[in-house]
Amino acid sequence: MEITVTVNGTAETRDVEPRLLLVHFLRDVLGLTGTHVGCDTTGCGACTVLLDGAPIKSCTLLAVQADGRAVTTVEGLIENGQLHPIQEAFKEEHGLQCGFCTPGMMLVAKALIESNPDPSEEEVRWAISGNVCRCTGYTNIVKACRRAAAQIRQAEVAS
Amino acid sequence: MYPPPFDYQAPDSLEEALAILAEHGYEAKALAGGQSLIPLLKLRFAAPAVLVDLGRIPGLDGVEAADGELRIGALARHNQLAASPLVAERCPAASAAAPQIADPLVRNLGTLGGSLAHADPAGDWGSVMIACGAQLVLASAGGRRTVPATEFFRGVFDTALEPTELLTEVRIPSPRGPAGGTYLKLERKVGDFATVGVAVSLELDGAGRIARAGIGLTAVGPQNLRAAAAEEALAGAEPTAEAFAEAGRLAAGGCEPASDVRGSAEYKRHVVEVYVRRGLARALEIARRS
Repeated sequence: MEITVTVNGTAETRDVEPRLLLVHFLRDVLGLTGTHVGCDTTGCGACTVLLDGAPIKSCTLLAVQADGRAVTTVEGLIENGQLHPIQEAFKEEHGLQCGFCTPGMMLVAKALIESNPDPSEEEVRWAISGNVCRCTGYTNIVKACRRAAAQIRQAEVAS
Repeated sequence: MYPPPFDYQAPDSLEEALAILAEHGYEAKALAGGQSLIPLLKLRFAAPAVLVDLGRIPGLDGVEAADGELRIGALARHNQLAASPLVAERCPAASAAAPQIADPLVRNLGTLGGSLAHADPAGDWGSVMIACGAQLVLASAGGRRTVPATEFFRGVFDTALEPTELLTEVRIPSPRGPAGGTYLKLERKVGDFATVGVAVSLELDGAGRIARAGIGLTAVGPQNLRAAAAEEALAGAEPTAEAFAEAGRLAAGGCEPASDVRGSAEYKRHVVEVYVRRGLARALEIARRS
């Protein structure tokens, strides 16, 4: 079945089997391996992407369900060769250890900051509660999300 | 893990979807948010020949108040209901339950109707619908019928739905007097299924007595259970701490928990007793404020 999914701003048209999961469409068909497969059972959030701006688990959505919709993966965070403020903040705050959960964490942070520009620690923890960091590095992940929010607010004031 | 192959149909009208179900019957399965069905497909617990994706059908996710009812379309997503001021005003038990379902990412896709039709005994929505006296609208190519939530669940993953039917809407009667409700859920961690869940809905009469009490129980039986003995003991009673404590004991006595990794049957029964008591007290607070 032919589908067109706008991935990181580019319309991608491919012929896929209906049973293909979105995460495999991204990784195996488009070669975007920043989206990870962790538990593969809707538990861990490593496969998190944004679907029309909302974070979802791409191991639990068929690619055909995303036909005509917009998907953002971690590869879509970078802008004009510059790291996104969320990526900078994860680097600055050491918001990662092994890095496996990091793409999902950053995409959840992006959706959170768009709807809530100044999230409290509790709000960040609530937002990432569907994403597991098995290194248990939550303290720095939360700091990174809040630093990113602060930097995005400052950039908006400056512009 | 890959789902088994299936013929994918994505109708853009309800009539078309019902025609597909009428043609294929047991061979077809409806896909709503997919947060239960896709894992089942991946684990090969389900292998339908035809998958009918309801996601392209407009108008099945509305929330509106009409004719003394709160009407919620089956495709309304958990996060949408958690954020709805109308749901908060008309059905506080639903408003309390929605943000406790699964995790934030699952709530962005999972739907009310999908969860009810899936009928996991650890599902949260069934208890809320039972507590609130909801009516479920089932549609087929041959017409529509309405089934009370108390008669919808038949057992583990089993409901009153025929294979040719779709759950399209739930109708929750709006209370006539001061009313309140809540949902209390014990879970080991975010995203886990409930160890125990209790939905409570309470309506007072003009004299401040209990006009109607609804209590639904999650994960303590083969399906979402109605705590009928507790409800009957409360009807017409003064809303006192003693009455609530007795309702908790009756609900605990009437449920059928099983010992498993989440706790012993005895522990779960105790949680039911405590949560029914606390839930009623919370519902009373809300009712007296309303």
